[in-house]
Amino acid sequence: MTLGRVTGTVVSTMKIPDLRGRKLLLVQPLDPYGNPAGRTVIACDTVQAGEGDTVMLIDEGNSSRQILGAPKAAVRTTIFAIVDQIRTGKDA
Amino acid sequence: MKLGRIVGSVMCTVKDPGLEGARLLLLQPVDEGGRAYGDPLIACDAVQAGPGDLVLWEGGREAAMTLPDSFNPADAAVMGIVDRVDA
Repeated sequence: MTLGRVTGTVVSTMKIPDLRGRKLLLVQPLDPYGNPAGRTVIACDTVQAGEGDTVMLIDEGNSSRQILGAPKAAVRTTIFAIVDQIRTGKDA
Repeated sequence: MKLGRIVGSVMCTVKDPGLEGARLLLLQPVDEGGRAYGDPLIACDAVQAGPGDLVLWEGGREAAMTLPDSFNPADAAVMGIVDRVDA
């Protein structure tokens, strides 16, 4: 599980059946301090996240299939939580 | 998933039986601004993408799952044709 910020949306009409009806969001991975960490990825959204939201995402197939309730879906990257607050250091 | 641009195709008559019938495309990874990064790779096509198309692709086990018989050695697959990126 990693942190990310939603930076946009991707619209695709022609896609594999596993992706039909799924909202696809552009996500910039973040470190715990909110700094960009790595390349933007495209994730399936399951929590109605929107642009600017800090989210938790998972980049693993079996976990994603479980979250989506689709045991055979060819999906690896999924947003499954919207982050309210992150505490680090002594406050944690 | 990641973004990529289709830059060509690859034909193979002799290939692993798991890839029988699969279209193979040359794909250049690009970022959300369309800028190329990294080396081009070969991906199976699940959505009838063509040269010039901006596409969604995935690597790893999920790539193999896009073909009718998921027991195949594909490690990258095109999963969608992108109409629009709003970043």
